[in-house]
Amino acid sequence: MKILVVDDEKDVQVLFEQRFRKEIKNKEMEFAFAYSGEEALKYLNELHEAVLILSDINMPGMSGLELLRHIKEKHHEPPPLVMMITAYGDAENYNTAMKLGADDFLTKPLEFSLLKEKLKAIP
Amino acid sequence: MNLVDQIETLSAEQKNAIIEWVKAAEKNITITEFKLDRTEKVKRTTTILLEETIQELDLKRKAIEETNTALQKSLEELKAAQAQLIQSEKMASLGELTAGIAHEIQNPLNFVNNFSEVSNELIDEMTEQLEKGNTEDAKAIASEVKMSLEKINFHGKRADGIVKSMLHHSRTSNNKKEPTDINALADEYLRLAFHGMRAKDMSFNSAMKTDYDESIGLIKIISQDVGRVILNLITNAFYAVTEKKKIHQDGYEPTIAVSTKKIGNKIEVKVKDNGTGIPQKALDKIFQPFFTTKPTGQGTGLGLSLSYDIVTKGHGGELKVETKEGEYTEFSIILPV
Repeated sequence: MKILVVDDEKDVQVLFEQRFRKEIKNKEMEFAFAYSGEEALKYLNELHEAVLILSDINMPGMSGLELLRHIKEKHHEPPPLVMMITAYGDAENYNTAMKLGADDFLTKPLEFSLLKEKLKAIP
Repeated sequence: MNLVDQIETLSAEQKNAIIEWVKAAEKNITITEFKLDRTEKVKRTTTILLEETIQELDLKRKAIEETNTALQKSLEELKAAQAQLIQSEKMASLGELTAGIAHEIQNPLNFVNNFSEVSNELIDEMTEQLEKGNTEDAKAIASEVKMSLEKINFHGKRADGIVKSMLHHSRTSNNKKEPTDINALADEYLRLAFHGMRAKDMSFNSAMKTDYDESIGLIKIISQDVGRVILNLITNAFYAVTEKKKIHQDGYEPTIAVSTKKIGNKIEVKVKDNGTGIPQKALDKIFQPFFTTKPTGQGTGLGLSLSYDIVTKGHGGELKVETKEGEYTEFSIILPV
């Protein structure tokens, strides 16, 4: 399963690679990283292979919510699953994300054990 | 005169002449005495008048002294009030930053927590591999642990830096010029202001463009003060794009550009936004204290006025503005080095 992680914090890559060390090693999961909404869209347009997108909402430039709208509106079939992550777990962000078709909504700090369970439940 | 009459040797004419002289002399004496008396009177009057004048002058001097003391006191009170205003303005801008600071600290803290948890797991795994005798795997894991620890250290320092700069910002300036990395300073405040705006207004977003001249190196400035100027200009820029976004919903991309440039022996810091711009009639007043276009209670009206003082009086520089209503505003801080 290929997962695209979108976050403007670059160290998220190292963190995910360590947190999912075993899964990556066993080739259960494969990760790609983008540091902005724009970069994520570019990635998706060039390589249509991510099954799941994990995106931060709070990013400069294109926000995670805008990225979500782009993916859900314009993206190819089948649309990838999109999980939103935010430091601000407020109702407004949650409602907007859900209205735009987010498949899940997680708050920072991420509970990696919970995230792992969610990812493993995806067929 | 009887004496003259008794002198036998004198003729009657001679006697008469002498008597006439004496009479004339007596008359002169009387006149002179009168004049003297009058002069004496004038002198006395003048002395009295002089004394009165001196008394009056003394009273006036005392009154002036009192006024002077009162003025001095007012001046001191004004200075104290001004210092307090500057402090409130500082605190107000710190308030604007609080949410940004919280966010900026939360991120590194999340990393610290995550990487320390990961390190724990990795150590367990390493022990496991060692027990199995897989030294190569154990070594690979050890290097992962090392990287994790480096990340913990890095993000710990990052949080530390944010707290320090927050304290630095709220402290009274010590007016000392210190070697400062102006690019790092500008970037730090840009991030804080951005996250501050985001936390206050969820719908807020803006593209941020930066172009820093790496050849600048360290320059001697009062970093707290210049930091406040940069923060103030960035906050204003974010405000201007937010206001424009309220009017133009579609097709408008709020953009803030921060750049630094070394020009000869001067450093130029530019903050540009594609927001509402400044109307011509407001342009003359923007550097005046208490002038604000924000709704009551939202702006102190001191931001640009204090910024102007910091740049011009504090650093012998210039604060310039270029704007077109409805299109853009660009502030330039020019500092001599």
